[in-house]
Amino acid sequence: MKPFAITLDPSTSLQNHTGSWRMQRPVFRRLISPCNKACPAGENIQAWLALAEERKFFEAWQEIVKNNPFPACMGRACYHFCEKACNRAVFDETVAIHCVERFLGDKAIQEGWAYPAPPQRADAQKVLVIGAGPSGLSAAYHLALKGHHVTVLERQAEAGGMMRYGIPSYRLEKETLRAEIERLLRLGVTLQLNTDVTDLASARQGFAACYLALGAWKPRQLKDVQGPDVMTALDLLKEAQHASPLSGCVAVYGGGNTAFDAARTAKRLGAARVVIVYRNTAEHFSAHAEEIALAQQENIEMLPLRVIRRFSEKTLELDVMLPEKEGTLSPSGKTEKLAVTRLILAIGQEVETTLFKDLSHVTHAPDGTVSVDRHFATSEPGLFAGGDMIPSSRTITEAIGHGKNAAAAIDAYLSDSPLPTPDKIATATYDKLNTHYYEHAQKSEEQRSNAKTFHEVFKTFSEQEAVYEARRCFSCGNCFMCDTCYGVCPDNAICKHRTSNTPGNGLAFNYDYCKGCGLCARECPCGHIQMEQEEK
Amino acid sequence: MHKEFYPKGVKTVGNRLRDPTFHTVQAQENRPNALTSGHRACQGCGEALGARYVIDAAVRATEGKVVVVNATGCLEVFSSQSPESAWQVPWVHSLFGNAAAVATGVAAAMRAKGTPDIRVVAQGGDGGTTDIGFGALSGMFERADDVLYVCYDNEAYMNTGVQRSSATPPAARTATTPVAGQAPGNVFGTGKSVPKLALAHGIAYVATASIAFLHDLEAKVFRAMSFHGARYLHVHVPCPLGWGTQPEDTLVHARNAVYSGMFPLFEGEYGHVTRAFHIENPIPVEMYLKGQRRFAHLFGKDGPNAERIQALQAIADAHIATFGLVAPQGDHA
Repeated sequence: MKPFAITLDPSTSLQNHTGSWRMQRPVFRRLISPCNKACPAGENIQAWLALAEERKFFEAWQEIVKNNPFPACMGRACYHFCEKACNRAVFDETVAIHCVERFLGDKAIQEGWAYPAPPQRADAQKVLVIGAGPSGLSAAYHLALKGHHVTVLERQAEAGGMMRYGIPSYRLEKETLRAEIERLLRLGVTLQLNTDVTDLASARQGFAACYLALGAWKPRQLKDVQGPDVMTALDLLKEAQHASPLSGCVAVYGGGNTAFDAARTAKRLGAARVVIVYRNTAEHFSAHAEEIALAQQENIEMLPLRVIRRFSEKTLELDVMLPEKEGTLSPSGKTEKLAVTRLILAIGQEVETTLFKDLSHVTHAPDGTVSVDRHFATSEPGLFAGGDMIPSSRTITEAIGHGKNAAAAIDAYLSDSPLPTPDKIATATYDKLNTHYYEHAQKSEEQRSNAKTFHEVFKTFSEQEAVYEARRCFSCGNCFMCDTCYGVCPDNAICKHRTSNTPGNGLAFNYDYCKGCGLCARECPCGHIQMEQEEK
Repeated sequence: MHKEFYPKGVKTVGNRLRDPTFHTVQAQENRPNALTSGHRACQGCGEALGARYVIDAAVRATEGKVVVVNATGCLEVFSSQSPESAWQVPWVHSLFGNAAAVATGVAAAMRAKGTPDIRVVAQGGDGGTTDIGFGALSGMFERADDVLYVCYDNEAYMNTGVQRSSATPPAARTATTPVAGQAPGNVFGTGKSVPKLALAHGIAYVATASIAFLHDLEAKVFRAMSFHGARYLHVHVPCPLGWGTQPEDTLVHARNAVYSGMFPLFEGEYGHVTRAFHIENPIPVEMYLKGQRRFAHLFGKDGPNAERIQALQAIADAHIATFGLVAPQGDHA
């Protein structure tokens, strides 16, 4: 018999499903981090930083090479678009992503890590790649990873394209490049050096598809400026370490990255004074800001708003320009003279068009850049093109991205299947973060040598520096398992399941009790939780 | 050292990069969940969160040997609607004003039974603590009974319809301090600070805590349970219903209360303040007040009421000065 006045058995509140109060529900949703969105090679930077911060360096490296076969080179030579987009820059300083990538790339070379083994495919096909630059090698790599048989033809004596012949060794040492290319060739890619293709039709025979990655190697010239003291930036950069020394004052004409590379190289070759002559104002330099800053630190002089009128007898005659409204320039009428021992032209490069002169339906611009569709296909069936020879920003990173995406398009073309359309994922912008949970932490600076030699200026991060820097990552839009949502739910409506690699990394909402207050979404540091309206 | 190596995850509930000994109780998969799901607290309730934080830590600190005594109030109402209980610890409720006295009795009973290792935690809201139960509480303090008394301060009587308590801040609108007349809201110069009064009793341990600073809160519960005798913990818990705030913003307001100096976090032992939680750059009180409907009259259509906001700023500034909340350069808590 029940005691007096007790009519109901005691029970637990768990039978009271407060989830019925809910008007909106939280969901775990991965967002794309701004760095990933900005990467022209399509790297999942947030994912490999998350592995690196746990000291899982091999797994981190594997994550990089899903998209980019050259972490060691790109950690050095990429202009890190990722860091310009990094949310942490708003908070304190950007994460030094390229330094972590370089550390992982170097570690892979030291440890002899190999790419994943390509699958054996019954329907494997033969694909030809012309040009062993970043774009061609990237396409070859991704096609080989898909199980195809790839042959790469290269005109030069060594592979690497602009990575080999355009980027000075103080930015990217040749040994690193060689190591990464050798590793790529071990996938079974055939590379034929010193092979100048002159007849595209016969070269393509026996191949089911062809990827053109010729680059842009034809330097623009100035009509009336010629002579033994004039050379192109590309000629200077090609074999800079073995070039004859320079002396006196050297002028470089142009304002792009190539001009700055040439200027710093000239300094290293012994020029007492190097002047960058540029037609527009300094704000219009198309070179990347860090290149400009490094050149200034190496005492490279800048002479903006000057146009070359004449060059003879080692004297450069310059028209002084005046900036007008709307960015136009007009001659001021004034001229200046500059005594120089050498004039280096860095006013852009064009694409050589001789190879596709017979393919009249393959259209190209006056500068030779070839028109392709969004799958990198030219109007000739089975002929694809990418890298510097199509309209682009002409960076190695974008070229690697072209190679990757073209490989996917070629694979789809070969198997006659449609290309999967990528999911549209929202970007984890700064306003989606709750930065209360992050601590201010100073960025690690790269150690630097001030010697003006062809040895690399920057040193690779130590393991400790790399781990520290990886941990500065906010993990924008992607759960980093901080358990904050689990902790701040007033209704204990988040459970831990031990399944990882799902959104939420093993946490799950218990909608029986979730009242939809939104605290978890508001408090999530990285913006991984969104509130969605419940259906009526 | 930890700041250098854990730039994210010092303030988070857990951190996969750190040794589990650094994790909070709340990050643990097997946390006690002393207050379990299905309770009827409002969406985004700060008190429900605070009660679970405190009692879970007390359960850990006592290895499960704890009895909880509850005063009447929101917490009791939403957690124990007969016949259901959301409590997964031994829990007793008697009256609004006598929680401290009941806790004294439970502690005496444990001594009499020969199980003094079973510890007692009493808890109530600001109404049951600073107003109605204050006599019983003062008695428990002066007798140095072996009880930790926890007050969850949401700054008014919420479950009865948001009436003013002696913990309601000046200018706050409540049902009994309406927005009317020359000085709308609660009257300046009224109310009391029970943490300071507890300190004045010279009891073993006194602390204030906030649900927005979980590591600090849990450390204070563990510290409190390491003492015997009377102890007092005063936890700031925003109330979306009574304050007129969005449920998802509960912790934002809790943080702003601390960062502005309006709710100072400090610890004291035997009558003396021993430590203050340092805030590096105090935010203006205005940032805390905005977004709360109870203070909306300070930001009326004629523009902010500078004089009254300044009077509230003066209260925060006095807290900062009294407790030394802003550390000298290079010495942050």
